Amino acid sequence: MAKVTQLIHKYLRHSKRFPHVFCPGCGHGIVLGSLVRSIHYMGLAKDDVVLVAGIGCSGRIPVYVDFNTIHTTHGRALTFATGIKLANPRLKVIVIMGDGDALSIGGNHLIHAARRNIGVTALVLNNHIYGMTGGQSSCTTPTGSFSTTSPFGQLEDEFDISRVTKVCGASFVARTTVMQAAAMDSMISEAVMHPGFGMVEILSPCHTQYGRKNNFKTCVDMYKWLQKSSTPMEKYRELPPEKQEKAIATGIFEKKDCTGLEEKYARMRKSLRGEN
Amino acid sequence: MSNDPHLDRFEVRLSGLGGQGILTLGRIMGQALALDHGYAVTQTQSYGPEARGGASRCDLVISTGRISYPKTISLDLLVALSQEACNKYFSDLKPDGFLLVDTSLVSQTPTNIYWGLPFTTMAQKVGLVQTTNIVALGALTHFISFMRATSVRKSLREILPRKIVDINLKAFNAGFNRAKKEYPEAPEKWKFS
Amino acid sequence: MAAGSRKSKTIEIFALGNEAVVEGALIAGCTFYAGYPITPSTEIAEEMASRLPHLRGGVFIQMEDEIAGLGAVIGASLAGRKAMTATSGPGFSLMQEHIGYACLTEVPLVLVNVMRAGPSTGMPTNPAQGDVQQARWGTHGDHPIIVLSASDVQECLRMTVTAFNYAEKYRTPVILLLDEVTAHTREKISLPDPEDINIYTRLTPSMPPEWYMPYEDNMRGVASMPPLGSGYRYHVTGLIHDDHGYPTSNPMEVEQIMYRLFRKIDQFFYDIQMVDEILCQDAEICVIAYGCVARSAELAVQQAREQGVRAGLLKLKTLFPFPRPAVEKMLRQCSSILVPEMNMGQMSREIKRVNNGQSKILTLNRVDGQIITPGQILIKILKG
Repeated sequence: MAKVTQLIHKYLRHSKRFPHVFCPGCGHGIVLGSLVRSIHYMGLAKDDVVLVAGIGCSGRIPVYVDFNTIHTTHGRALTFATGIKLANPRLKVIVIMGDGDALSIGGNHLIHAARRNIGVTALVLNNHIYGMTGGQSSCTTPTGSFSTTSPFGQLEDEFDISRVTKVCGASFVARTTVMQAAAMDSMISEAVMHPGFGMVEILSPCHTQYGRKNNFKTCVDMYKWLQKSSTPMEKYRELPPEKQEKAIATGIFEKKDCTGLEEKYARMRKSLRGEN
Repeated sequence: MSNDPHLDRFEVRLSGLGGQGILTLGRIMGQALALDHGYAVTQTQSYGPEARGGASRCDLVISTGRISYPKTISLDLLVALSQEACNKYFSDLKPDGFLLVDTSLVSQTPTNIYWGLPFTTMAQKVGLVQTTNIVALGALTHFISFMRATSVRKSLREILPRKIVDINLKAFNAGFNRAKKEYPEAPEKWKFS
Repeated sequence: MAAGSRKSKTIEIFALGNEAVVEGALIAGCTFYAGYPITPSTEIAEEMASRLPHLRGGVFIQMEDEIAGLGAVIGASLAGRKAMTATSGPGFSLMQEHIGYACLTEVPLVLVNVMRAGPSTGMPTNPAQGDVQQARWGTHGDHPIIVLSASDVQECLRMTVTAFNYAEKYRTPVILLLDEVTAHTREKISLPDPEDINIYTRLTPSMPPEWYMPYEDNMRGVASMPPLGSGYRYHVTGLIHDDHGYPTSNPMEVEQIMYRLFRKIDQFFYDIQMVDEILCQDAEICVIAYGCVARSAELAVQQAREQGVRAGLLKLKTLFPFPRPAVEKMLRQCSSILVPEMNMGQMSREIKRVNNGQSKILTLNRVDGQIITPGQILIKILKG
């Protein structure tokens, strides 16, 4: 049996009815594949993994795989994850959110999760659009692009998810695209093993709702665009400003030693209770 | 408890400014009466948004039996540590209710029949103006004849942080002794069976 | 241990209603609190912050807002903890989203709402009872909920224990409504020996994981609930779901879960209905009250009796599911019913709904941020 088939048999839920909800050409399946591979190669037990998702296309990812899976409310996945991690620090809590989920409605929770460095891993699947509700602009829709709620072009500036998370104090921040699957595998693994809050921003194309309105004839064009514009940090820094604008910097932007909040709390409790 | 007189809704209001320790005063008194004496006590409070300054008020209802309505209806005793509180609450006293004021801060009393001691000045003499509330507590322990000094001291020790207990006990004694000296007959005011 | 061979240890303390909530929660086995400070519920958070880290596994966390507070509580409950939060008016509004989530995903938790005068920021330090219908219907969509109330400090403790018991027994969020008066009254209470009271903890599955269905129907309508990470991997979602927890829009499956959610509360109505009948036996006029107003009413009823009026008090401790049988009994018995409440008539509307012309319903409403006094109620009783 091919390796991928073995993984599918091991990690996909046999009781779940298919097909899945994702459109042809969607990048979210690549992220799920990468997540499954990362968990498999890290050797984590299924029981110890909790996937917590918000609302939107990305929110539908966890239901297909055989872990502890929780599909929460819009933007609030990190709050549930915080409760779970503090209640049982042994669990590996991985949060899957979309761009609107994490930064628009859930922006407050993201910046505070980063600030308090709770030991959960956030995967933010950035497709620059509200996909599930039918292509409205999100806070990461690039200025000038078209959506159903910016039919004459987006006037607002967009968020840089990685930068926001970094300045809020997250101890691990990285960005990749679905075109760099191998890099994504290692970034996810690294983020999950990192103590404290880790965030991996993953650019994932949405041709159905974003590409079609923004001069991408096919979804393949979007993948080509991601491949062309993604530039490793080192190279990106050397580019002239006009080229930087069109490029997408990828790589690990932040990695610092830290102790997760759950660990700090456990230590405080230990000393208060006089346990050693 | 057996020596404690029978009470039916004896109502006290402690009032003054935020930061004077009105609530702490009420809590120490309430705890002494509830836990050490064994009375039913309800302590309620009313406060504004300010942490310091502004009006502060703490009411106690003391009864031998169960207390249904927890708030005060008409006061047996009003303690006013500010002029504003004195003016505001005087009308809530029963016709035969009594007024106790801090004469350092209340210069005009609405009646000539009142008890008055300069609590704030006395607290300054004790060495810490923040003990004004406890000076008043000492005096109250004299005026309210059914309240035992030993119970109040015990409750004071339990509630206040350990490092400020000594100075507060000093303040308590100052208030208690001064009230006893200046108003030796005062506790006779209320006849409890 | 044989009965009588152990001396129960009761400790008396002089405590605030809010502090009694914490005592009750800890006795019930609560080890997790998440919330956001708001007057007049803040003492609950403060007390939890200093007490919980002393307990084995105890966790307190102050979140960024009330939405996050209840979210973290749900997460902790899924991880197997008995968890709670506390808030007041504006925070309660923010929490509605997650109350609905907890109802549908059947996550046990306790939410204490200390009612202050509203709407909006209202009067943060003044009492009111304006959140009664919000507690029942605040979150969107049809849902069952248990709403309890407490009127004195000892009851704050007891009802918090009860709230945890119901939450765990019926896998549902339970809302405990207090008011500013009850929360900020200090009284003597006795802390019961935990061995003397019933503490209910959710059932965990005993079948092999592959047989487990998280939302399976059974006689009780309540499935067992394993903590996350215990080998029972299942899906939790705020979408309408089937027995396995997977999203569904199949009308038959949707109907099944919706009916079961209501049934699991309705069929245990008599376990959940809690009222106190005070001087009701021969009453001709009955006051129906809850929260701090019930205490005013108790004094008013005594005073009315002294004046020869046969008055009684029905104190509601369970507000929802609405204690209809207990109310109907008084409606049949009494010529008039007086409903004093510190809102514009949120509970009297329920009483009128079940009256069917049996009794005259009088209301007494006060919304100026002050408690209804015994005198006000007495006048109404005497006027009949």
